[in-house]
Amino acid sequence: MEPFVSLTSRTVVLPAEDIDTDQIIPARFLTTTTRAGLGQHLFSEWRYLDDGTPDPSFTMNMRQSQGAQVLVAGHNFGCGSSREHAPWALYDFGIRVVISTQIADIFRSNAQKNGIVPILVNDEIHQWLLTHPDVAVTVDLESMTLRLPGARQVEFELDPFARHCLMQGVDQLGFLLAQTSDVDAFERDQPLTPAIAVAS
Amino acid sequence: MPQTLFDKIWQRHQVVGESASAPATVYIDLHLVHEVTSPQAFSVLRERGLSVRRPDRTLATLDHSTPTRAAELYGALRPGPATTQIQTLQKNCADFGVPLYDLDSRERGIVHVIGPELGASHPGFTIVCGDSHTSTHGAFGALAFGIGTTEVGHVLATQCLLQRRPKTMAVNVNGRLAPGVSAKDLILAIIGRLGVGGGTGHVLEYRGEAIAALSMEQRMTVCNMSIEAGARAGLVAPDDTTLEYLHGRRFAPRGRDWAAAVSRWRALRSDDGAVFDRSVELDASALAPMITYGTHPGMVMPIDGTVPASQRSALDYMGLSEGQRLIGQPVDVVFVGSCTNSRLSDLRDAARVLRGRKVRDGVRALVVPGSQQVKRDAEAEGLHEIFLSAGAQWRESGCSMCIAMNGDAVGSGQYSVSTSNRNFEGRQGRGARTLLASPMTAAAAAVTGRVTDPRQFL
Repeated sequence: MEPFVSLTSRTVVLPAEDIDTDQIIPARFLTTTTRAGLGQHLFSEWRYLDDGTPDPSFTMNMRQSQGAQVLVAGHNFGCGSSREHAPWALYDFGIRVVISTQIADIFRSNAQKNGIVPILVNDEIHQWLLTHPDVAVTVDLESMTLRLPGARQVEFELDPFARHCLMQGVDQLGFLLAQTSDVDAFERDQPLTPAIAVAS
Repeated sequence: MPQTLFDKIWQRHQVVGESASAPATVYIDLHLVHEVTSPQAFSVLRERGLSVRRPDRTLATLDHSTPTRAAELYGALRPGPATTQIQTLQKNCADFGVPLYDLDSRERGIVHVIGPELGASHPGFTIVCGDSHTSTHGAFGALAFGIGTTEVGHVLATQCLLQRRPKTMAVNVNGRLAPGVSAKDLILAIIGRLGVGGGTGHVLEYRGEAIAALSMEQRMTVCNMSIEAGARAGLVAPDDTTLEYLHGRRFAPRGRDWAAAVSRWRALRSDDGAVFDRSVELDASALAPMITYGTHPGMVMPIDGTVPASQRSALDYMGLSEGQRLIGQPVDVVFVGSCTNSRLSDLRDAARVLRGRKVRDGVRALVVPGSQQVKRDAEAEGLHEIFLSAGAQWRESGCSMCIAMNGDAVGSGQYSVSTSNRNFEGRQGRGARTLLASPMTAAAAAVTGRVTDPRQFL
């Protein structure tokens, strides 16, 4: 995972509320056994016409949106399923930041583990961003600020641990594995949850 | 200090406590695995030379992309990515020693149906799965929630997850459900009240007279859709109903262990005076059968009502307009199944309506039991004969038309009355228009070919 410290990019705006993970990537593309190449299916139902060609009226297909790494989305982005294919598809497509007024729990957790920074802003900033597409913004994890045009700057919050992992480009498995002796001790001291001892 | 049920389970599973700089390390008692969200997690174990820490706390099954036609399921699978995914889980389970309920297993079924059915989902457990409907197991007073594939890898390797403490919300449901109004209608009404994102960051505890009166299968239906209000999880305190359900099941404790477990489980309730971050109240006795009209489960209304003002794009997609009644809306497909409504009592509900009646010409009706055990139980009491003689299809167990990954799909532009959990655009097939409802409402639509209030058939 590439470290994320600071990024300046233009925004691409999808103003719809409650964009669910079935829209981000439909279930028929989940039969893959790898993470690779899912960007081609991102927002598949909206990006492509029935004949499979790109829909020129969809924002992400427009010329000015090409290369945008910051997605500004309507309230409650990423609701629905736990599929990590959603952030995988966004990352593969090039998205590194998602900005909204609410981001669904599982999607947010998955995004942070895959190099995508989920940012919550207030209604006023959100409205401004929704109504001003294709503006250059800077997301800086060192100062935890989002810089907008006109020297405007807002702070945002991120779990300190998630921030650390994003900035170092490390995943959390190493941290968990380093606690193995604590897990051993827990299992010794807590006999009250019997294993299910499955026999097929 | 008085504690909520959630607090008790949360506290009990802290391996390392939460701090400002790091989330809590939470121990996981039961990890459920299926073919769609696990391949990349097993790949990480291979890349790093890791093993599965507790195969005895891990259960795998095949459900999402499996065929529901017996000839395909038990014959040669058609080559393609779905088959590759099935074979990948078979190989991963064999290589890592994880018990798998394979395609030919008598215990196979939808992951959230078989966990409870086998008695593997215990009160007080932490239960996770790479599937957002893991909240189903909260019906047993377990803290059960969906995780992504990276976290599936974490649990396989360490039996732990890094989690920040969520907030709590009491959902108090007073009164009793009226005849013809089901647990599905209740949870749809709750989602309508909270909104599709209203539970975000919270663990819901369903409480009150109406919840206490529900059977375990009905509680599972309620907890199942907690995620559709954005909630992290949903749970119900264990009581006599829970104990009666669990007793004697395959992975339930036995003998002296059972007595010890029961005394622990009896303490699993929110203490009097426990403080929730939020609470809402609902009156179950005022509810009618519910049906969705839009493109998420929060867009829901009483079946005898009219479509309210809503997002234009949602109504356009659904081909519906504000102010319109849904009763009488022609229907093309009826689906009874999914981890929400595929258990024996759900099939009995559908059969009550279909008994001695016929599926309307032009309607395709599919009944898909949640597990092979449900299928056998239903057949033992003759439910399949009711479905088949009505003209419905009776299939092998699986997720089927809920997620449309296995070939069972709704056509573009077609209306489906479905007992599943999501009416998102394209969920049941590209362009499919899904109306979520109870098994009784779905069966009534199959009979008339139109959206119908099921109470007229009871």
